[in-house]
Amino acid sequence: MNDLEYKVIIGLEIHVQLCTKTKMFCSCQVGFGEQPNSRVCPVCLGMPGSLPVMNKKAVEYAVLVGLALNCKIADFTKWDRKSYYYPDLPKNYQISQYDLPLAENGYIDVPLDDGKTKKIRITRAHLEEDAGKNIHSTGNFSQVDLNRAGTALLEIVTEPDLNNSRQAKTLAIELQKIVRYLVVSEADMQKGHMRFEPNVNLIINKDGKEYKTPIVEIKNLNSFRALERSIDYEIERQLDEFLQTGKVMQMGNKSTRGWDGEKQVTVLQREKEEANDYRYFPDPDLVPVVLKGKWLDDIKGNLCELPLKKQIRYVSKFKLSEYDAGVLTAERSTAELFEKAVQAGAKPKRLCNLITQIGLKLANEAGRCLAELGLNAQHLAQLAVMIEKGEINASAADNIMQQMIKTQKDPTTLANELNLIQKSDEDELDKIVGQSLEENAQAVEDVKSGGKKSKKALGFLIGQVMKKTKGKANPKIVSKILHKKLS
Amino acid sequence: MAENIGKKQVQKVAKLSRLQLTQNEIDEFTGQLSAILKYFEKLQQLDTEDVKPLAHCLPINNVFRDDLPQQSLGTEKTLENAPQHDGDFFKVPKILDESSGA
Repeated sequence: MNDLEYKVIIGLEIHVQLCTKTKMFCSCQVGFGEQPNSRVCPVCLGMPGSLPVMNKKAVEYAVLVGLALNCKIADFTKWDRKSYYYPDLPKNYQISQYDLPLAENGYIDVPLDDGKTKKIRITRAHLEEDAGKNIHSTGNFSQVDLNRAGTALLEIVTEPDLNNSRQAKTLAIELQKIVRYLVVSEADMQKGHMRFEPNVNLIINKDGKEYKTPIVEIKNLNSFRALERSIDYEIERQLDEFLQTGKVMQMGNKSTRGWDGEKQVTVLQREKEEANDYRYFPDPDLVPVVLKGKWLDDIKGNLCELPLKKQIRYVSKFKLSEYDAGVLTAERSTAELFEKAVQAGAKPKRLCNLITQIGLKLANEAGRCLAELGLNAQHLAQLAVMIEKGEINASAADNIMQQMIKTQKDPTTLANELNLIQKSDEDELDKIVGQSLEENAQAVEDVKSGGKKSKKALGFLIGQVMKKTKGKANPKIVSKILHKKLS
Repeated sequence: MAENIGKKQVQKVAKLSRLQLTQNEIDEFTGQLSAILKYFEKLQQLDTEDVKPLAHCLPINNVFRDDLPQQSLGTEKTLENAPQHDGDFFKVPKILDESSGA
């Protein structure tokens, strides 16, 4: 084992369901959890004589993702039929794109743990229609629900540039953020809006010789965790298999495996070979797409600053930690609210704390995203400024923000109404501190004697002052006065 | 000229198309398909150097519809012609190969 080294090679195929209202080639409404087989029509049922018509929005969404992934957008694309014999697509073919995909030769930047980014090349991205759902659980037959059949699906294929499961997972998360930023997919994993198919193999160096293990494609993973774990399992399995059998990559020995989430293992589904013969040919029912000029420019106009770029900018421009920048940029609407509030005069770090520690907590409790709480950027900025100036403390800010959401009033008004303005008047606080010291001689003694008890006693005294002021004393000033009096 | 398509290839195409052919049919189709391919070979004689590949026989493109939902058929009507259904689902022979799913 000592002279064995190996490198992991992973390429990803990702299917993203676009959030168009209707299907790719017919006007059936896309829905989730509807009555089975209620959202179908002659086109998605593959009835003779029916004709597909392209959904313009789906093409635009797909192009937008292609642009965000730095791809070359084809000015001419067409549709092909991919032979497919499962009852979840009743036409016996899937409409897809074969030799002229919508987008090619791009890349996606993937953040690494060391703060650097890695460019993963994108081979292509093309549009196709989704299949329906087969349900295998009951009896000696299968059930088919075709509601999903024909839904617009974007297939994104990367080059095998990934070298471990973590990179694959990070890419998947980054892509989820991107499609959400572009508002082209809800990318809800629970609803199967993103599905992953990693191709995994190893390059093994043993006793000075190089071996490549056969490529395995893991089918239809629908969570980040399954993506990561199935790859890790597959790496171990391929290594074991190689050591036991010496089996190496040959023409046609690529195989397909499924992920058994319960047992946490991959299971052989088929040796690919000739099953891979999809016999693509141009679909005569659909005319080509020509993409240029104003239409393409209009689509480009919908691009926005992408999450990773935004995150990096927040670190350099606003001096936020990478973690904070990541939290703020995870959702576009949160980032936009943050930026508006900064423009309105909030200090970035203070505002960041307000949003991440209070705002996102409240959003979480309400089961919504921050932007949906109806917070006004101007008010948010005011609130940050009030903390900055010491007019209110953090717990008051929490209270005020809750009221801002409920009443839409501005924070100054609310702070006054709720009597939450901090006492910062030194003369007044001086008196209250003096009183507290008189009443707690033992604690004063403990502070003065130093040692272990000192810190605790000081905290106790601050607490007493807070009690007397009903939590409204400015703790910084109280602390300053205490130090002066006790030293 | 040798056969353009052999029996093996006919068997393979039949398998890919989920068709069960008898030995007689294989012989028959091998001959027929060979003849068809031979006929099409004539096209090879054409000079297509300056001809762009044709994606569609009609000189039109960009035929779209707007993303506006229309009424679907509804479950009852959808299942009306199905040989078998199980509640709201189409009922089909058990799918053994789990690798379906586009």
